[in-house]
Amino acid sequence: MSNFKDFTRRRVIKSGAAAAAAASATPYFFTNAALADAHAGYRNAPQGDTVTLGFNVPQSGPYADEGADELRAYELAVEHLNGEGDAGMMPTFSSKALKGNGILGKKVVYVTGDTQTKSDAARASARSMIEKDGAVMITGGSSSGVAVAVQALCQEAGIIFMAGLTHSNDTTGKDKKANGFRHFFNSYMSGAALAPVLAKNYGNDRKAYHLTADYNWGYTTEQAVKESTEALGWETVAAVKTPLTQTDFSAYIAPVLQSGADTLVLNHYGGNMVNSLTNAVQFGLRDKQVNGKDFQIVVPLYSRLMAKGAGANVKGIFGSTNWHWSLTDEGSKAFVKSFGTKYGFPPSQAAHTCYVQTLLYADACERAGTFNPCGVVEALEGFEFDGLGNGKTLYRAEDHQCFKDVLVVKGKENPDSDFDLLEVVEVTPVDQVTYAPDHPQMRDGDGNVVPVGTCNPGA
Amino acid sequence: MLGLNARDLQILLLVAILTMFAPFFLNPFPVDSSLAQFNAGYPDLMQRFVIFGIFAIGFNILFGLTGYLSFGHAAFLGAGSYAAIWMMKLLTMNIIPAITLSIIVAGLFSLAVGYISLRRSGIYFSILTLAFAQMSYSLAYSVLTPITGGETGLQPKSNDPRILDGALEPGEQARASLFGMEMSSSYELVVSGWVFTFNVGYYVAAFLMLVSFYASIRIFRSPFGLMLRAVKSNQNRLGYTGVSARPYNLAAFVISGMYAGLAGGLMVAMDTQAGAERMFWTASGEVVLMTILGGAGTLIGPVLGAGMIKYMENIISKINQSVLESWFAWAPDFLQDFIVAVIYPFVGKGWHLTLGLMFMLVVIFLPGGLMQGIGKIGALFSRKKPNDRDSVAGSTPAAAE
Repeated sequence: MSNFKDFTRRRVIKSGAAAAAAASATPYFFTNAALADAHAGYRNAPQGDTVTLGFNVPQSGPYADEGADELRAYELAVEHLNGEGDAGMMPTFSSKALKGNGILGKKVVYVTGDTQTKSDAARASARSMIEKDGAVMITGGSSSGVAVAVQALCQEAGIIFMAGLTHSNDTTGKDKKANGFRHFFNSYMSGAALAPVLAKNYGNDRKAYHLTADYNWGYTTEQAVKESTEALGWETVAAVKTPLTQTDFSAYIAPVLQSGADTLVLNHYGGNMVNSLTNAVQFGLRDKQVNGKDFQIVVPLYSRLMAKGAGANVKGIFGSTNWHWSLTDEGSKAFVKSFGTKYGFPPSQAAHTCYVQTLLYADACERAGTFNPCGVVEALEGFEFDGLGNGKTLYRAEDHQCFKDVLVVKGKENPDSDFDLLEVVEVTPVDQVTYAPDHPQMRDGDGNVVPVGTCNPGA
Repeated sequence: MLGLNARDLQILLLVAILTMFAPFFLNPFPVDSSLAQFNAGYPDLMQRFVIFGIFAIGFNILFGLTGYLSFGHAAFLGAGSYAAIWMMKLLTMNIIPAITLSIIVAGLFSLAVGYISLRRSGIYFSILTLAFAQMSYSLAYSVLTPITGGETGLQPKSNDPRILDGALEPGEQARASLFGMEMSSSYELVVSGWVFTFNVGYYVAAFLMLVSFYASIRIFRSPFGLMLRAVKSNQNRLGYTGVSARPYNLAAFVISGMYAGLAGGLMVAMDTQAGAERMFWTASGEVVLMTILGGAGTLIGPVLGAGMIKYMENIISKINQSVLESWFAWAPDFLQDFIVAVIYPFVGKGWHLTLGLMFMLVVIFLPGGLMQGIGKIGALFSRKKPNDRDSVAGSTPAAAE
């Protein structure tokens, strides 16, 4: 190494002044427009003959199972968009803009990332897809916290976000964004669909006890179920928050019987629900008689993967779900067939919503004739479609939420297989679960309505 | 110069050159080549390199010098993040007030935690800090949801007060900036097949890292730093000579807490979002890993360790099955399947496994961390026999620098 002794103060100041002069001249170059293709006018405009999509799913952490299923669905969707495989739901989809030659003639390629079901990790992975891989759309996720965080990032960066499995009201409620879209249903819809079925089966004078996962999704689900059931005459005895990391719920189940409640609502998801339901059944809650009625348990958000985890304990327990593979409409049948052929088992609701979101995005690009986020937003807002497994569906312009029928399901008494654990009790029509965009549950903490804002093309 | 001896000045200049030209070093492959997968020169990752570098440098002041192993430093990082995001929501999107407050808040918080935890040493100290960090995490995750946003975290909203900034135009985004220069804006230099990205946020963070690094060298070389080393070598003996070690330990704890706060504030400045999970105990463990992997008690080691872990987390984790298949497409099918099956568990979501293996190898064969490895390689090629003073890293973590 050279000798640094002749590095005098005077020389350093001189060179420092030169560097400062150079630095003051440079900010001129630093413009956001440099990020976007100057001709296209939006960020990450696809170059060449491919278009890159970013699949950001949990590959580790509590929702890794859902994430793996989401990734399978995305791979299937990419195959179908590129004209490989059996085309899946593309023929049953009411819009015929997709031709099986990619999107707008460009072959679809994808990059994947791990959200770890942590907002920070999810944003880091989304940013690397946007900044490094040039993804023009980000999709996926299995948690509302992550969905809200990534959606905000995409809004800022000027990229479209197609939410995966996210059920909290906030995603299209107080945290909605113009560049974000959700096909999955939400807490409000679960409450609205479940309450009448519960009232019909269990009566109008029940006393409910809520155990709620102590985070955002838990809160909105508790509120939604509470308000919907109370409107039908139920009484809420208590609502207790449980830590998300809890694995043994015995301490929370014991007080339920002393409270005089005759119904237990488990606002839990994933492993939480598997454990709390198992504990509740082990405590013999379902064999008890309270207030002269049989004790009942309700799980507002069901998934097949959870039902599998809880095993025989789910028998006869009501809940709601976005989609189930046993549906017999043409779209669902086509999707189950092509997913089953490729992977050997039926898809979960997470897989379904992710597949549908990819198709909807591709279709919107085709109809808009561009990948420009503003064009895509315009094409998706108020878009009505059918044939994707949920019947007639509307992407509402005011909050970018899909409105469609909601399934009320029940744990099957005599399942035929590991996958056949839920049976559809009722298909709640869309009118019954539709709410006004300024519904109190969709407002922010101060009761203000948050507008969806304007699209950001990122340039 | 700058109060440093020639040796330290060389190190500082080396780090300065590396950080300033990082966009070139980190993007060695043309964008269209199949090796572009390994390019790390995009703004998000470059920012993370220097931010976690700051975090590790600060942690090293406590762990490397005094030997106190804190398992709760992520709490200070998180506290700094929340302070910064609230400044952005209430005052201005300019990052200077945000970062200043994040350092102050983290400093105060670490003063409180350190005051209590430093009553014990060794494993009891570690457990105490771990308990504090987990408490902070739980509070942030649920109890304090009105302040922290709970699971969803906090982001700047269009309807935040922001009393120093004017109201946003309809449709305008609130973006972190430094007197009008947005952190997210970049200049891209295209040289035939290569693209080099120069990002404002990265250079702001890199500048702060250089300042932090310089401060850390000064601390290492000061009488105060010597006293901290004395604590590490034998705290009892220090007590017998009539010196109370507690104020020194507390000062080191607060300084490293403020470094963590700076890192937390910068994270918000680069990506305007704060969430509870960055306070989770695994985040505290990560900075311990970074420091040990790089070489505890060395000057550059922690920065290298931070870079290594962030690189694995962001680059190795993105190599999925289809990428592997495309790499080995030249091989016959059975061979391709075999190679992919062998490598796949170590990349993609298996990056933790690779990291764990590397960590084991480093701890077993290079207890002084990567810096010891570099020192050994340097010794191989150097004609003169290295003595302790001149080698980049000591042979053991204790005898570093």
